[in-house]
Amino acid sequence: MGSIRRSPWPPRLAVPGLAVLFMSLWSALFAASTAMAEEVVLGLSHDRVAITATFDGSEILIFGAVKRETPISDRAPLEVIVTISGPKEPVMVRRKERSMGIWVNTDSVAVDSAPSFYAVATSAPFSEVLSDTEDLRHKVSIRRAIRSVGSTIEGAQAFKEALMRIREENGFYSLQENVVSLDEQTLFRTALQMPADLIEGQYETRIFLTRDGSVVSQYETVIEVNKVGVERFLFNLSREQPPLYGILALFIAVLSGWGAAAIFQLLRNG
Amino acid sequence: MNIYLPIAEVAVNAFLVLGLGGMVGVLSGMFGVGGGFLLTPLLFFIGIPPAVAVATGANQIVASSVSGVLAHLRRRTVDLKMGGVLQAGGIVGAALGIAVFNYLKSLGQVDLFVTLCYVVFLGIVGGLMFIESVNALRKSRRGTPAKRKQRGWVHSLPFKMRFRTSGLYISVIPPLAVGLFVGMLTAIMGVGGGFIMVPAMIYLLGMPTKVVVGTSLFQIITVTAATTMMHAITNQTVDIVLAVLLLIGGVVGAQFGTRIGTLLKAEQLRILLALLVLLVCAKLALDLLLEPSELYSISPIRVAQ
Repeated sequence: MGSIRRSPWPPRLAVPGLAVLFMSLWSALFAASTAMAEEVVLGLSHDRVAITATFDGSEILIFGAVKRETPISDRAPLEVIVTISGPKEPVMVRRKERSMGIWVNTDSVAVDSAPSFYAVATSAPFSEVLSDTEDLRHKVSIRRAIRSVGSTIEGAQAFKEALMRIREENGFYSLQENVVSLDEQTLFRTALQMPADLIEGQYETRIFLTRDGSVVSQYETVIEVNKVGVERFLFNLSREQPPLYGILALFIAVLSGWGAAAIFQLLRNG
Repeated sequence: MNIYLPIAEVAVNAFLVLGLGGMVGVLSGMFGVGGGFLLTPLLFFIGIPPAVAVATGANQIVASSVSGVLAHLRRRTVDLKMGGVLQAGGIVGAALGIAVFNYLKSLGQVDLFVTLCYVVFLGIVGGLMFIESVNALRKSRRGTPAKRKQRGWVHSLPFKMRFRTSGLYISVIPPLAVGLFVGMLTAIMGVGGGFIMVPAMIYLLGMPTKVVVGTSLFQIITVTAATTMMHAITNQTVDIVLAVLLLIGGVVGAQFGTRIGTLLKAEQLRILLALLVLLVCAKLALDLLLEPSELYSISPIRVAQ
């Protein structure tokens, strides 16, 4: 009995008519096609971060290559920007003022959306790799990644600055210039450090290729950060079954209190 | 070695937390206090969010109180009936305290309020204890016995009840009020409230000193347990991993503390405790009075799901 073997059949090359169509599209969408001329092929050392009981931060190695169908353009050097953004959440920023001799929270500004973690790594000084207009469009810099459209209070900017300053000091926000190494305008790699105090969620990872300050290609992927094991179990229990969690907490407390008393009673008598 | 706390969502050094638990355990063993008033501020200092510190502190006190009350039950130095009345007041107080706590949290003033409570109560109790124990030490040197407090207005109130173990026949209103007040403090400050309960029992209710500590511990168990449940249900801020670390340190520390305690005189112990209380009070007061290095603070806005 003869069996039919199917050979791999890349359809794009197989149909001459389509190729013609592609050629015409190529010329018609010239602007778009140059943007696609250089594409990112990406690798991550790991695309999941597991928060275990002894989680102590994580280093993520991001590496990749630039795939191109045309020779390397000599228009301007290629630059790479890598960003990792934690889950975005609204936050309240409060300011203390002296009132009746003591320092109390007085003014507050709600920031609509601020990533819990945000790291930017670039292959050259930030101002050289990305123009301000492109930054505004793609929201790459830390300042732009925080959204606070609703804050109309005078001096709201100071609150946003404070948010950035505090999170930078604590290692949650960082701009690291010249840390992406780029070889032959083709191979790039960088390592980003994620702190131990991570919250769960999807960490949006973006890679931008830029020339002359404008983005020529963009690639997005997601790094999942999850609690696992005991951490996962306890967190879920506390959120889904609060009464049960409370009883568990009390049970452990009463048991260890009773256990301690019993053990030391034995030690004293024995 | 770092341990990631699932509820607080911060990583802390396990040995640091064990050490803190141990240190507070030594003090509670030495002085016979729960140590919550020291533990909660110390947890703030190492970066545990205040809401988690208060709720977890309450849970930790449950354990140390159970451990303590068992010893007192064996010695029959617990007035169960008085404890029951104090508990009834305490649970209502804890519920009120949780409501106040959550309201202030929504205003962003909870940290200030908790700190103010600490400064006021630690200041008053520490100051009184210091004066009282210095006087007692002087009297004991001169050899005149300390005078027992006279019974006052407390005994003219209605709804009288007999408390056999304490040998008292008094109105239930003062114990209920004391319980209510301490319950509120438990919920707001994350303390057992022994440092207020014990003086209130001796001076206000006129209970004999030998049953005071056991009864106080007995009522603290129920109130801190209720507080733990309420925080777990309304705020989800009880961190079991943190509590277990503190427990281990605390239990071991308490045993050493008890040994050290037997080497010192009662008056000396009380002066030391008073100084310690005043020290914590002064540190917290300075934080309020001096200009903080960072004027801004960030807190997440929890979106109801």
